[in-house]
Amino acid sequence: MSNLVEIRDLHFAYGERSILSNLRMDFPRGKLIAVMGGSGCGKTTVLRLIGGQIRPQRGEVRIGGEVVHQLDTQGLYRLRRRMGMLFQFGALFTDLSVFDNVAFPLREHTDLPEELIRDLVLMKLNAVGLRNAHRLKPAEISGGMARRVAVARAVALDPELIMYDEPFAGLDPISMGVTANLIRNLNDALGSTSILVSHDVHECFAIADYVYFMSAGKIVAEGTPDELRISEDPYVKQFVNAAPDGPVPFHYPGKSLADDLGLGVRK
Amino acid sequence: MHRKTIDVWVGLFVLLGLASLLFLAFQAGNMSSVSFGQTYSITGRFDNIGGLKPQAPVKSAGVVVGRVSEITFDDQRFQASVRLDMDTDYKFPKDSSLKILTAGLLGEQYIGIEAGGDDKNLAEGDSIMRTQSATVLEDLINQFIYSKAAEGKEGSE
Amino acid sequence: MIGRLLGSVGSLVREGVASLGFAVRSFFNLLRVSPGAFRRPGLISEQIHFIGNYSLVIIAVSGLFVGMVLALQGYYTLNQYGAEQMLGQVVALALVRELGPVVTALLFAGRAGTSLTAQIGLMKAGEQLSAMEMMAINPLQRVLAPRFWAGVVAMPVLATVFSAVGVMGGYLVGVKLIGVDEGSFWAQMQAGVDVRNDVLNGVIKSFIFGIAVTFTALFQGYQAQPTPEDVSRATTRTVVIASLLVWGLNFVMTALMFNK
Repeated sequence: MSNLVEIRDLHFAYGERSILSNLRMDFPRGKLIAVMGGSGCGKTTVLRLIGGQIRPQRGEVRIGGEVVHQLDTQGLYRLRRRMGMLFQFGALFTDLSVFDNVAFPLREHTDLPEELIRDLVLMKLNAVGLRNAHRLKPAEISGGMARRVAVARAVALDPELIMYDEPFAGLDPISMGVTANLIRNLNDALGSTSILVSHDVHECFAIADYVYFMSAGKIVAEGTPDELRISEDPYVKQFVNAAPDGPVPFHYPGKSLADDLGLGVRK
Repeated sequence: MHRKTIDVWVGLFVLLGLASLLFLAFQAGNMSSVSFGQTYSITGRFDNIGGLKPQAPVKSAGVVVGRVSEITFDDQRFQASVRLDMDTDYKFPKDSSLKILTAGLLGEQYIGIEAGGDDKNLAEGDSIMRTQSATVLEDLINQFIYSKAAEGKEGSE
Repeated sequence: MIGRLLGSVGSLVREGVASLGFAVRSFFNLLRVSPGAFRRPGLISEQIHFIGNYSLVIIAVSGLFVGMVLALQGYYTLNQYGAEQMLGQVVALALVRELGPVVTALLFAGRAGTSLTAQIGLMKAGEQLSAMEMMAINPLQRVLAPRFWAGVVAMPVLATVFSAVGVMGGYLVGVKLIGVDEGSFWAQMQAGVDVRNDVLNGVIKSFIFGIAVTFTALFQGYQAQPTPEDVSRATTRTVVIASLLVWGLNFVMTALMFNK
C-alpha cells in the first residue's frame, strides 16, 4: 500500500526549544491514522507541518511525493486544495451561515453554478446530519454541531487527505460517538486518507487503523489499536489506562515538597 | 443581507458623497466662476504688484472679465510681468490700462482694466504698457505724514 | 549603570524601528494582493456598506453640530470687527480645509477603526484566518484587502458629507438663527472657497487619512494575540496610533498645500 504522506527525519524547534525530533511516520492511502499523546507533545505541530503552515528545521514531509516546504506559494495552495482540515473548535466563519460556510471552498475554488453548489452543500450537510440547519449562523448552533459543520466544510471538495485537530475535545459522549462514526464513514466513502490528532483513547482506538504515540516530540510507540491495548510499554500503559503517574510525571519538575516546606534533612 | 440590497446602499452612499462634493464646489466654492471656456492671454507690466495673487479676478466696471494666470519677474526691466487670461467674449482696445485695486479696505487685490479709445482690440500675446501699480500702505502713510508736516511748516511760517 | 540604560534605550529604538519596518512591509504586502481583491468588487462594496454607511449617521450629526458651533463662535468674533458677512467664508474654509477631513478621520478611527481591529483580531483568535489559509485562500486578499480599500473609498465620502452638512449647519445658525445676510453669506463664501485649492485639497487629505487609519486598524487587529485582553488593547492602540498619524499627516499636508 503506497503512502500518501511520508515524514522522514523531521526536526522542528521554536528557537532553542525543540518541539519535534527524529520523526518518522507513514500515512498509507485510504487509511485512518491517529496521532496521540498528552498535551504539549507536539502532535498539532505535526499537522501544521503537513499543511505547510510552518517549516521544519531538518527533515522533510512528502505528500504524494512532493516535499511540502520546498513548494512555492502557488504549489502550496495547489496542494492545499487537495486537503481538508478540521480545526479545534471548528473555526467556522462566524459572519456566514452554515450553508455559506460549507459553500465557501466550492465558491472560491470552482466555477460551478449556484444550483449545483446548493445541491452539493446540502448533500455534505446531510452526510453530517445537519442539512436542516443550513440557514442557521454558527452562533446559533451548539459546539458539537459547529464541529460537524466544520467537517462538512473540510470535505466539501472531496479531498484526498483530511486532517482532524482534536475533533473530540469538549464534546458530550453522544456527540463524540457521532463524530467518530462520521470520521470513519467519510474516510471509507471518499477513499481518503485521514489523520486524527487526539488524546481520546476510547474513540480513537475504535476507529483508527494505526496509531502513533508521541511524547515530548518523539514517537514512543506505534501499532494497530489491538497491538497497543496489550502493549507492555510503560508510556502506552499509562496513557491507555489513564494512570495519573508514570513515564509522564504528575508533578511539574523542580524542588521536592519536603524542601519547599522546609522539612529537609538538617545539615 | 442580500448582495443586491448592499449594492443599492453602497451606491446611495457614493452618490451622497458626490452630491456633497458638488454642493461644496458650486454652492460653497467658486466653481461657477472658475471655468471660462475660451480665453486669450495678454501681459501687463507693473512696478509693484502688491499682494496680487494668481487666480485673482480681472474686472472691468466691476464685472469679472478674466483671471490672473501667472506672475513672473522680468529681470531685464526689473518689473513684475503679469499674464492675464481674458474671456474671449469681451474685447478691449489696444490702449486699455490696468490698475491694481483692493476689494474693500483691506481685502484681496484684483486687476481693474479700463478701456481706452483705440479702434484695434487687444489680441493674443499683446502687452499693456499703461499700468498703475498697487498702492503700498507704507507709502500712503509716508505721504500722509509728509503732507501733514508740510502743512505744519506752512502754518508756522 | 549608564551603559545598561543606554543599552535598553538602544534596544527600544531598534524594536520601534523594526516594527515600523514590519508595518511598512505589511502595507506593501497588502498592496501586492490588491489586484486580486479588485476582481471581487462585491467583497469591497459589502465592506463599504459596513464601514461607510454605518458611520454616516454619526459623521453627519457631528458635521451639523460642528458647523453650527463654528457659526456661533465665528459670529461672536467677527462681529467685533464689523465683519459678520465673512461668516460664511470662515465656516466653509474651516470645514473644507481642516475640520472636515481631520474630525471625520478621528471619528472614523474611533467607530470604524476599532470595529475593524476587533473583528480581525477575533477572526484570527478563532483560527478563521488559518482555516482560510488551509483552504488555499489568502486571507490578506480575501479579508484584509477588501476592508482596506473600502475604508480608503469611504473616508473621502464621509469627510465631504461632514463638510457639506457643516456648511448647511452654519447656514442654519448664521442666517436663520442669528440673522446674517443670506446673500453675503453665500457670496463671500463663494469668493473665498476655491474649488481646487480648498475643496480638492480637503478631499486629498481625507484620502490620505483613509489609507492611514484603515491600515492601522487592520494591522493592529492582525497582530493582536488571540486573547480577549490583547484584542481590547489592540483596539485602543488603533485609536491612539491612528489619531497621532492623522495629526502628523495633517500638519505636513497643510504645510505643503496651504502655503500661498
